[in-house]
Amino acid sequence: MSFEQVVFILVAAGTLGAALLVVTTRNLIHAALWLIAALFGVAILFVFLNAGFFGVVQIVIYIGAIAILMIFAIMLTRQISSEKSARFNKNWLWAFFISIIFFAGIAYILSLWPEFGTTKPILSAEIDPVKQLGVALVSPQAYLLAFELASVLLLAALIGAVIIAWEQR
Amino acid sequence: MNIETIVWLIPLPPLIAFFLIILITNRRKRASHIIAISAAVISWFLSMLVYWFASRVDHLGEHPIVSSIPWIPTGDGWLFIGVQIDPLSAVTLFFVAWTVLMIFIYSVGYHNFGQPKGDQDRPGLPPHGATVSDVQGHKHLVPSIEPLYSRFFAFIGLFAFGMYFLVVSNNLLTLFIGWEIMGFCSYILIGFWYAKLTARAAMIKAFLTTRVGDVFMLLGIAYLYSETGTLYYRDILYNPEVLQELGTTPSGFLGFSVAGLIGLLIFIGAVGKSAQWPLHVWLPDAMEGPTPVSAMIHAATMVSAGVYLTLRIFPLLAAGMEHGHPTQTMNIIAFIGTFTAIFAATIAIAQKDIKRVLAYSTISQLGFMFAAIGIGAYIAAVFHLVMHAFFKALLFLGSGSVIHGMEHGVYHTGDHIDPQDMFNMGGLRKRMPVTFITFLIGGLALAGFPLVTAGFWSKDEIFADAFGHNHWLVFITLALAALLTAYYTMRQITLTFLGESRTDAAKHASESIWTMTLPLIMLAVFAVALGWAGIPEDFPLFGNIIPNYVHEFAGETLLEESKPVNFNFIPLVTSIFVSLGGLGIGWLVYRSIKSGAVDPAKKALGTIFVVLENKYYFDELYDFLFVKPAYWVAENFSYKWMDRKVIDGAIHWVASTSLVIGTFLRNFFDVPVVNGFGDWVGESTKKLGTVFRSIQTGRIQQYMILALVTVAVFTALLYYLLIIGR
Amino acid sequence: MGAEVRKTMIPISWFLIFAAALFSIGLFGVLSRKNAILILMGIELMLNAVNINLIAFWRYRDSLDISGQAFAVMVFAVAAAEVAVGLAIFISVYRRRGTISADEIDLLKW
Repeated sequence: MSFEQVVFILVAAGTLGAALLVVTTRNLIHAALWLIAALFGVAILFVFLNAGFFGVVQIVIYIGAIAILMIFAIMLTRQISSEKSARFNKNWLWAFFISIIFFAGIAYILSLWPEFGTTKPILSAEIDPVKQLGVALVSPQAYLLAFELASVLLLAALIGAVIIAWEQR
Repeated sequence: MNIETIVWLIPLPPLIAFFLIILITNRRKRASHIIAISAAVISWFLSMLVYWFASRVDHLGEHPIVSSIPWIPTGDGWLFIGVQIDPLSAVTLFFVAWTVLMIFIYSVGYHNFGQPKGDQDRPGLPPHGATVSDVQGHKHLVPSIEPLYSRFFAFIGLFAFGMYFLVVSNNLLTLFIGWEIMGFCSYILIGFWYAKLTARAAMIKAFLTTRVGDVFMLLGIAYLYSETGTLYYRDILYNPEVLQELGTTPSGFLGFSVAGLIGLLIFIGAVGKSAQWPLHVWLPDAMEGPTPVSAMIHAATMVSAGVYLTLRIFPLLAAGMEHGHPTQTMNIIAFIGTFTAIFAATIAIAQKDIKRVLAYSTISQLGFMFAAIGIGAYIAAVFHLVMHAFFKALLFLGSGSVIHGMEHGVYHTGDHIDPQDMFNMGGLRKRMPVTFITFLIGGLALAGFPLVTAGFWSKDEIFADAFGHNHWLVFITLALAALLTAYYTMRQITLTFLGESRTDAAKHASESIWTMTLPLIMLAVFAVALGWAGIPEDFPLFGNIIPNYVHEFAGETLLEESKPVNFNFIPLVTSIFVSLGGLGIGWLVYRSIKSGAVDPAKKALGTIFVVLENKYYFDELYDFLFVKPAYWVAENFSYKWMDRKVIDGAIHWVASTSLVIGTFLRNFFDVPVVNGFGDWVGESTKKLGTVFRSIQTGRIQQYMILALVTVAVFTALLYYLLIIGR
Repeated sequence: MGAEVRKTMIPISWFLIFAAALFSIGLFGVLSRKNAILILMGIELMLNAVNINLIAFWRYRDSLDISGQAFAVMVFAVAAAEVAVGLAIFISVYRRRGTISADEIDLLKW
């Protein structure tokens, strides 16, 4: 077992464990914090995949914005009896089975893929993924349109969120 | 337009008049009688045209005027109906046309056209007079117009159609149709004043009695059709082979030949229609109808139809005749004719009502005609038929005029007497001269007054034939009947016209208007002159002045030439003797009857007179034998048992069983199964809905779980089917 | 020796299995937690799993084809937008109903 593999396994286990705790913790704030931990794990894995840009973006956006936003929302919607009420709803057993089945199904289907066991090819040193991504995002024959649309989407989300949460007087 | 078409058109105008009056002009009296009389004139004119044409054809009997059209499709071919004018139908057409026209004109006056409406007149009752006030304010009662005036003309129009149709037809089927139409019209017209109980009883009696005859007639026609396959006169009656065949085949019934049996059955129909014994009972009661009806139907035309029919089938009756001896059927006919002649004559001498005498006289004279046919004296029968139609119509119309005059007297004086009773009359010759003269002529014709009246010549012909062919019994009986005929005729004339008036009403009687007296005069002319067309050629003195037209023309109807019988003095003397003798005795006995007196014959004959007056109690006998049992059967069997218990019971049973079944089905099938099914569908849908709606919890997580479970299941399914299964 | 160390030996299957597991955990959270914000957290976990998948495929297959990364960028953007709007909705719902338990928001119930 190489060093990489060991690190990978540790990070993966940590992330999965954090994720599990997110979905099972009673305390909402704890869940948020465990979410942050899981997101961190995912960022590390991004780095493993030579997508350092994404790792950083993950931390900045997911953890820095989204998770914080969630914490704010939790605080704004705090219920008095949130400590006492049940964690799960009635159908948690069904949900559990569904999850298991989905996991098993996806894993099985993927295992049928012939290249399932390929290892990472060597990256040549000239490739700069960030530059490539940047060029792709602004070149019309690549993903400029998607980029612009994403901007519009964010604008819409911004305006929508403001309007929805506007307090009617 | 050829002559055949004209023949077809003869019956039509009265039929059209009937429909027009019934449908359109029923409320307008003048329009109705104009239509009716115009129709009668048109038919009369066409008939005269046809007669004139037919009389100029040589040997009309061998090739009569014939025309047929196909009418009903039968199996292989068509049933043809058509018209035929041979000498017999030509002469019948002649007298029918004249008498019908005269009677139509007479009816206008008889029903008091132009008079005001009566005070208490109601439809269905004879008119009873209207009160009018003159310039000085005096009120008196005058005759009022008949309320159902138009209807009368409509029905006599229909009747005329029936008679014309019968006369011109060339087969027994359409003859029967005309026969039945006349029967129906006779029913309607006898009961014209239907609000009178006696009239209602009379109309039913007439219809039912003639019906009895008609049943046998129909049997005869059917038998004839089954034996020969046809009903045309040409095919049967003028076909010697057919007649020979029918005449010699035994029918198996009492030794009659087929022809004889057919003839007998058809003759029974004639017995009913011409009121011979034993089916004579309806004719006297038929006098309940208005006098024009009595004249037309029961003197001139309908009862003559029976004689016409018998004359028509004479070849059938005579088929199988050997050496001039009459066949069995002819003997029966002769017997019935002779018996009826004397039977009716004896009743006539005891009747008080002026119309009853004439009714029995008609029966008696028809008996003469049938007797003549029975002994084979075809031409004599034809001759007497034509003559009788004229003078009997004249006598009836005259009696109607007398009754009108008497009613006028009744209105004037306010007496409540029967205007038809001869014993209330008397001395009317001074008050009603035209009626008197014409009635006298008619009466003398009936009695057979020598030389100058038609009746003499025709009756003499019958006597001559009877004597000449050695039918002694017939001869003597008919001579007796002729004596009685003359006697009661003179009795009638004496009581009515001669002597002094016996009641106030008779003193104030008045002559009738021209619409009534003109026909009387016209008919009187015929009653005198027509007889001269039939003078036998070897009659002393007068024999050769005019050829014996009747013999030549009418005789052609038959296939065989019939020889005129040689002249013999004895029948001539007999007929003169009985005629003058009877007239004389009648005058002597009745010339000085005072008012309130009893009939002198009653004193002389005693109980016999009572029997005669009551018509030999035949009505009571038939009532006991037929009418009462029929009523009993109808009441008890048909009504109480059959109708109420059986038929109604069956219906009630069906109803209650249906109810039971219905209730059963309702309770055991309809409610549980049908309703239950419907309810079940609804209920189960509701329950299913209730069950299924629990899925809609409103919670998205549940929805998502469901969705994902479905996805998983389908994926697995597809996977196994597509990938593993391959 | 140094070149061999550089050659990694993590097959793609490890990343894929990991992503699948993370996805399933997220799914479990979405389907079974009562609090709406926790549901949102589950959704975030699922989106992250998707991202891992995308980047893994980009890396292990043709790293010159940048479409994997571009897609991942889009996923980020969408996730961010969705969270923003979603939380705005939750706040609005909380104001009206006083609760954000998914069990109690059942107006679509029959």
